[in-house]
Amino acid sequence: MSGNAVYRPDANEALLTLVNVYKTFPVRASFFSAEEVRVRAVDGVSLSLQPGKTLGLVGESGCGKSTMGKLAIRLLDPDSGTIRFEGKDMARLAGEELRGMRRRMQIIFQDPYSSLNPRMKVQDIVGEGWFVHGLARGRELRDKAALLLERVGLTAEARNKYPHEFSGGQRQRIGIARAIALSPRLIVADEPVSALDVSVQAQILNLLKGLQEEYGMAYLFVSHDLRVIRHVSDHVAVMYSGKVMELGPSEELFSRPSHPYTRSLLSAAPMLGGAPAEHIVLSGDIPSPVAPPPGCRFHTRCFRARKFCSECSPLLREVAPGRFAACHFV
Amino acid sequence: MRAGGNKMPDKDALVKHIPGEETQRLLTVEDLSVSFDTEKGSVRALFGVSFSMDAGETIGLVGESGCGKTITALSVMRLLASPPAKMDGGRILFKGRDLFALPEKRMCEVRGQEISMIFQEPMTSMNPVLTVGEQVAEVFTAHGICGKKEAAERAVEWLRKVQMPDPERRAKEYPHQMSGGMRQRAMIAMALALSPSLLIADEPTTALDVTIQAQIMALLREMRERERMAVLLITHDLGVVHDFADRTAIMYLGRIVEMAPTRELFAGPIHPYTQGLLASLPGASQTSRVLPSIPGTVPDLANVPPGCPFSPRCQHRQAAMKRFLSGETSTDELRDCDREDPPAFEFSPGHLAACHYQRRVCGES
Repeated sequence: MSGNAVYRPDANEALLTLVNVYKTFPVRASFFSAEEVRVRAVDGVSLSLQPGKTLGLVGESGCGKSTMGKLAIRLLDPDSGTIRFEGKDMARLAGEELRGMRRRMQIIFQDPYSSLNPRMKVQDIVGEGWFVHGLARGRELRDKAALLLERVGLTAEARNKYPHEFSGGQRQRIGIARAIALSPRLIVADEPVSALDVSVQAQILNLLKGLQEEYGMAYLFVSHDLRVIRHVSDHVAVMYSGKVMELGPSEELFSRPSHPYTRSLLSAAPMLGGAPAEHIVLSGDIPSPVAPPPGCRFHTRCFRARKFCSECSPLLREVAPGRFAACHFV
Repeated sequence: MRAGGNKMPDKDALVKHIPGEETQRLLTVEDLSVSFDTEKGSVRALFGVSFSMDAGETIGLVGESGCGKTITALSVMRLLASPPAKMDGGRILFKGRDLFALPEKRMCEVRGQEISMIFQEPMTSMNPVLTVGEQVAEVFTAHGICGKKEAAERAVEWLRKVQMPDPERRAKEYPHQMSGGMRQRAMIAMALALSPSLLIADEPTTALDVTIQAQIMALLREMRERERMAVLLITHDLGVVHDFADRTAIMYLGRIVEMAPTRELFAGPIHPYTQGLLASLPGASQTSRVLPSIPGTVPDLANVPPGCPFSPRCQHRQAAMKRFLSGETSTDELRDCDREDPPAFEFSPGHLAACHYQRRVCGES
């Protein structure tokens, strides 16, 4: 076991920092019982995101990545831990200050069908932020909406239509237009291309990339798709059962994964830039977030696990400059 | 063997492309056309789909949503409800028998015993009020293979074969008590219980997580070897076919636009749609930050353009049109694209594609 430095999020100049964040949700133990148990969705996560950069959060279903996205823009409040945006503790903000901060953080959702109000015209969907914050109204709002829609690859006429008149890819463009309308500094993109066909996926990824270069916002990009994460991210955090397993610069992490979970995840994803270096098929299922295994969360499926892995939970430690992994063996 | 000059490609080219005995064909789909009656009138879903497979062969059928891959599979199983579905033409031969000529009673025997199918979402395709063991056992009793008691034993045996953890206990559980991966294992046990010679797998891993997906694909691979069955794998995921299929067919708007041995297809795609699909996969190359993408979206099946279905999104067609409109060329070189649905053309042995442009460029050299 190495004595390397434990990961601490770099608070200097970071746009967003999360320190030791925990979040649980109550659920009923079974359909017929009144007993409540708590799902541990995010279990002690620390991360930071630099302005204008993209942090990819990748993991399988139930690993807590979407909860992380919602915590980051305070759609959810953490049970404990600190989340700082532009250096300010978000939990302490209220009133005007909180409203002002909300302008600078937006979210793009996975499902372009259910995330747009079917009874609102596109210009009202896109311009709602301007309206709410008193930035534009009436004719000015309509003109600004037309410009914005053109920027995301739609026609200006689109502003007078309703969401059902658009295809999935076009709806996602509307969702993106809504997110960038207030020139935010942070956008949480929660599986933004997962519901789209492959040929449309690439268009949306290019649009997101282009907007980032133009406006310089940071993305917290949540996806289960390793190929997408590799393409968009500067840094990547691999999550499993509510914890970060590995963290590092995207290209290094993908070309030389160090954590056993990352290694099996990459080997399971076919065609990730040539043949996979190794072929690992994990046994067993993803553990239930209600009763996660003790010790290292991954030990029940890990090919390197020893007895003490089930007793002692590994910390996220530096394994190479700038690279961190939570494993006793790396 | 390259057809050259003005000779029209053989209509049966898709069927005949592997040298060998016609009698060895396990499944031949010939010029299959299917349409649906909808409120907006009749909508064509398949436009003359042809392919064939040999015993023990795995074919990947790939395409985006609405391209007709599932309709093709359901046609082979004769599971399309009619109405609204209507066969407009073509036939399906399985071991030399015309499936559409079989009486329904005979078809019931074919389903399960000779051809079986697994679906994308095991939760909705299993009966929620029967235990998993009962559902696997039902395969044996329904086909009159054995009595109830023996069927229950065989069911547990099959659950063990698909590596279900603790099969005796799991056989007594209901589908909702299992994880997605376990349900998919149970479904595979049901599908394979009567050792069919063809398994149709419709998006078998789409609803599963990456590591579970790898488990299920490893299981299918193992069962395929052990049972020596042919697999028709339907998926939208190019990565899945890349590792699993012997040959791959790419579908677009109810047609097979390209078909080739899988390696060849990935190494040298011919159809502009296939080229675009492969190029637009993120993560394969790390150097370029901008992904090549196919412009536009898949058109609605209710108003498919005349001619080549891909022409509104095809860079070659658009470039030729531009040259013609700007007066750079005096004739519209690719006007065929808007007039005639391109027939499949064999570019190299076993590698077919339906594209006017590529045929002009490479086909006649």
